[in-house]
Amino acid sequence: MERGTWEGSRGGIVAIAIAVLAPPVAHADPDSPPVHLADTGLYSDPASHRVDARNLHYSPQYPLWSDGAVKSRWIFLPAGKAIDASDPDLWDFPVGTKVWKEFVFGRRVETRYMEKVSEQEWRLATYVWNDDETDAIRAPDEGIRNHAEIVPGKRHDIPGIADCASCHEGQRSQVLGFSALQLSRDRDPGAPHAEAVTPDMVDLTTLIERKRIASQPRDWVSHPPRIAAKSPVERSALGYLHANCGSCHDRSTSLASIGMLLRQPASADESQEPVGTTAVHQKGKFQIPGDAPGGAFRIEPGDPARSTVVFRMASRNPMRQMPPLGTKVVDAEGLDLIRRWISGMGSDVRVTAHAEEKP
Amino acid sequence: MNASPMKHVLGGLLILSFLGAVASAAEPSRPPDRVARGAYLVQTMACNDCHTPWKMGKEGPEPDMTRMLSGHPEGMPLPPPPKLVDGPWGIVASVTMTAWSGPWGVSFTRNLTPDPETGIGKWTEQNFIDSIRNGKIMGKGRPLLPPMPWPMYRSLTDEDLKAMYAYLKTIQPVRNRVPEPLAPEDLRAGAR
Repeated sequence: MERGTWEGSRGGIVAIAIAVLAPPVAHADPDSPPVHLADTGLYSDPASHRVDARNLHYSPQYPLWSDGAVKSRWIFLPAGKAIDASDPDLWDFPVGTKVWKEFVFGRRVETRYMEKVSEQEWRLATYVWNDDETDAIRAPDEGIRNHAEIVPGKRHDIPGIADCASCHEGQRSQVLGFSALQLSRDRDPGAPHAEAVTPDMVDLTTLIERKRIASQPRDWVSHPPRIAAKSPVERSALGYLHANCGSCHDRSTSLASIGMLLRQPASADESQEPVGTTAVHQKGKFQIPGDAPGGAFRIEPGDPARSTVVFRMASRNPMRQMPPLGTKVVDAEGLDLIRRWISGMGSDVRVTAHAEEKP
Repeated sequence: MNASPMKHVLGGLLILSFLGAVASAAEPSRPPDRVARGAYLVQTMACNDCHTPWKMGKEGPEPDMTRMLSGHPEGMPLPPPPKLVDGPWGIVASVTMTAWSGPWGVSFTRNLTPDPETGIGKWTEQNFIDSIRNGKIMGKGRPLLPPMPWPMYRSLTDEDLKAMYAYLKTIQPVRNRVPEPLAPEDLRAGAR
């Protein structure tokens, strides 16, 4: 094998190993999600892609960057059941809850699916659309690499189940992007890639009014959650980090030991350590290539070029990129926001942001 | 040392079989049999072959057990890997056996000692298990790179992985900040 050929398949050794060792697809297994997306209950009329009216359309105010995919999301809550929000950061969804997220890169490419089948278990799957968008079939457990073009030279990976689990499992709630802060009616106008809210969408207020959320400890209708920040740029930056980094970099996950907490709590709480202080002026293990050993600051106030958060956001080198999966294209808009936020910091900055109820 | 990388590999495998010492005393909170089991697994599964820097001893190359499992030495900057001619030869290792160059770029073996800042001292048991199971740092981060044989090790039982973690937490912490890996584009760009 020629060396040049090997270089062209960078990362392939790891990928091949995953593929070889991954369990085989279990088609039509009664313990697995349906083989066809149409059988999950998303559509009332699959042929026309008409979504069943019982599935609630929603949009998080801080969307996860997915290489520019146009995304649509729906949630189904069993009739007469409500989400228990007594812990504002750990919503307890009723058994039977289903969640879908559709990815469009010029055409429908995949639709991801979660279903809560018992108090302890969620099932995860993703469905791959055919070229004429008439059917979507459950992807193999190991996913599909380089499935659809994103931009010239970059192709979208259909994630494997292990990839899905690496973000969704181990969370306070396995459903990401459907939370008090994300659904707040007090939406951040500066959020990168914010999606238009359409009349059919539900938000935190409508869910409470329809009694689909119960036992919430605070009056989120009068005081919708909002990130407390010193400036609009900071609010948006913290919201961006919350959505794109906070699902892993949170005290409740297995990565808590890293000590970088970027998830915003649903409500202000005097007892909680300010989230931003675990990154600002804090050294991590990562070294920027060419730097002397010793670790660099995760966020160096006033100097985005010396901030590892920025360096890793700006990379799509799989050895150092952040997020480490789910994206092959740098989010220029998000990166610009974080750079502007860091550039505007004074050397004595202390980020004390948390979500609060808007007065 | 002028020995070829493959000689190092073979030498490591041979020497491995003579590594007999089993675990140091266990912490009171850990069952001694679990730590001993972990020591046995770490030693027989060749962890020292790559995670302990090698040196030239009286009998030839040998792992430097004063730096046991501390990964690629921080104070050992390397020149760019030699450019190989096209052909079947494709992987080069440093004489320490801790830096490896191949189609994936350059990987440096990790510090597995319980040093909290540069080793796995802050890792939880679950972080260790997730790393091996998923082939990613702490189960969620960047991919583990060759020659780390995690695709084989991921078949270990939870109990064996817990034993290995328990043993690694008992060894001497070594402060050694291992460099970040280099991708092929880094090498082309001259990054070090």
